[in-house]
Amino acid sequence: MPMAAHDIIQLIKAGIPGAEVEIQDLAGDGDHYAATVVSPAFAGKSKIQQHQMVYGALGGRMGGVLHALKLTTMAPKA
Amino acid sequence: MSEPEVFSRIRSEIGKNDVLLFMKGTPVFPQCGFSAAVVEVLSDLGVKFQGVNILTDAELRQGIKEFSQWPTIPQLYVKGEFVGGCDIVREMAETGELEQLMKEKGVALAKAA
Repeated sequence: MPMAAHDIIQLIKAGIPGAEVEIQDLAGDGDHYAATVVSPAFAGKSKIQQHQMVYGALGGRMGGVLHALKLTTMAPKA
Repeated sequence: MSEPEVFSRIRSEIGKNDVLLFMKGTPVFPQCGFSAAVVEVLSDLGVKFQGVNILTDAELRQGIKEFSQWPTIPQLYVKGEFVGGCDIVREMAETGELEQLMKEKGVALAKAA
């Protein structure tokens, strides 16, 4: 059961303080998305940690109902 | 709660191989676009690496996700350290960070002619 884009955005925003989320449905099937997440909470964190924060916000759906999420994460430019 | 048995198997694989890629399929026949992308990045850098096909090992497929706290495959390890999945490895390759990491870790690079 694929995921809707706005559900992904809601989950990420709820899970990561101050997150700005841009999302793109890559294949139009609700299963392959690209998302850019910008949040001050990422500051000082490694890329792995940043992505793990997003996966945590998605509550275990990554790799399950959500098959592919091309992730770009960064802290806002100072 | 003791750790899953498969973790010791994973640790020994990671310890035995300087560059190790847990992937779907094999380096010659990747069976997933994301795994293929990482294989391509490593080949472009001319890095010798070992592939582990998690499609043939269900225990490993689940165990590696718990081990690294990373929910997807592929997963790249360099000198025992988890580097990332497809997005991070590709991003590092684009910025030159991956080549830098390999050099810092003393991994030989045979630049493709």
